[in-house]
Amino acid sequence: MEHLELFFKAIFIDNMVFATFLGMCSYLAVSKKVSTAVGLGAAVIFVMAITVPLNWLLDQYILQEGALSWLGEEYATYDLSFLSFIMFIATIATMVQLVEIIVEKFAPDLYNSLGIFLPLIAVNCAILGGSLFMQSREIETIGLALNYGVSSGIGFFLAILAIAAIREKIRYSNVPAPLRGLGITFIITGLMAIGFMSFGGMLTGGDEKPAEEATAQVEVVKEATEIANNEKEIKE
Amino acid sequence: MGLLSKKDLKLITDPLADNNPITIQVLGICSALAITAELKASIVMSIAVLFVMGLGNLTISLMRNIIPPKIRIIVQLIVVATLVIIVDLVLKAFAYELSKTLSVFVGLIITNCIIMGRFEAFALANGPIRSFIDGVGNALGYALILVIVGFFRELLGSGTLLGFKVLGDPIEKTGVYAFGYENNGFMLLAPMALITVGIIIWVQRSRNEALIEDN
Repeated sequence: MEHLELFFKAIFIDNMVFATFLGMCSYLAVSKKVSTAVGLGAAVIFVMAITVPLNWLLDQYILQEGALSWLGEEYATYDLSFLSFIMFIATIATMVQLVEIIVEKFAPDLYNSLGIFLPLIAVNCAILGGSLFMQSREIETIGLALNYGVSSGIGFFLAILAIAAIREKIRYSNVPAPLRGLGITFIITGLMAIGFMSFGGMLTGGDEKPAEEATAQVEVVKEATEIANNEKEIKE
Repeated sequence: MGLLSKKDLKLITDPLADNNPITIQVLGICSALAITAELKASIVMSIAVLFVMGLGNLTISLMRNIIPPKIRIIVQLIVVATLVIIVDLVLKAFAYELSKTLSVFVGLIITNCIIMGRFEAFALANGPIRSFIDGVGNALGYALILVIVGFFRELLGSGTLLGFKVLGDPIEKTGVYAFGYENNGFMLLAPMALITVGIIIWVQRSRNEALIEDN
């Protein structure tokens, strides 16, 4: 149950792209075609599935306050958490180079289409963000850490797949010239993020407060339509 | 400006408008969106990025001839991570509340693409002084967008600027609230940051048509 909750929470409620804006750079840059987007999304899932549990181990046994006690009594008071940025990013950079070598060897087409963005996975905020959120949310077991890595990756995958599909279609639409390309992508992402916010009540079952707000909004809309109607009558 | 030649000056002015890191180069968007609900957080984030980018570009440029190309990404990340740890510890010591608001986003300066992007595109090929200027210029361009977004989101979302109630008090109904004005709480939510940046891009590209994209 714990696993299931974390899984859905990481994919929908705390979606990497729509809730925390992580991985935006590659999300915007690689989402022109569905096929490359799928490749990048899969690479992100893979890298996160490895780095988050690895960094969890680092955090538990080296970085946290008192984590070094397995070395002996005199190390029990050490707190190396200020080193976590460097340790996490070094793990990630190494893993990314490994993935790069594997992809280049076994899927050269994918390697060519990802181009510069494969090395940039190392600086994909989503990957480091996953590890940092894992640390700040104090995830308890390595199983949960693995789960968190995979599900955050899936969240990113979903987001980039969706925007790539929309961008392929929108090429045939008549978008105002200054908004073409980047501008419209930003606005669509914003609208998608609003949509994803509605997943917020999924696990809590929804409470009283949002319902009240919703009715308040309905009233405002009613008032607005009444005013509009009145204005129409006056004009007529 | 006797200190800077015309070419160097261009390194600072270009990123502010026609080659802005966020709206044109599409770098460093992650942090730009997440922390701009308050103007103060945007400004602190900008200063942090300015510090990291200036010094990072300088360091990488000094080391550019001794870094083996194969492992340059790891070297770059270590340099940035060191600078970011300094920023993080300074923030925790002198502005603890703010460092809580920024939470993991200070750490995420490491993976801010703007920094790696400038290392790759500029610092690896240019001398230390020009790299430093380029770093500062790009950080200023980044700061400009952050401040604009932060300004509008805080003003329209909570009716304050840097915590001052510039529009009056919403509870006692003073200032513009006396005329029935309400805060738009929606501006404080994450999606509005995206839409605000989208509008900035729109305005910028309709003023300069050379920047319009093809599809």
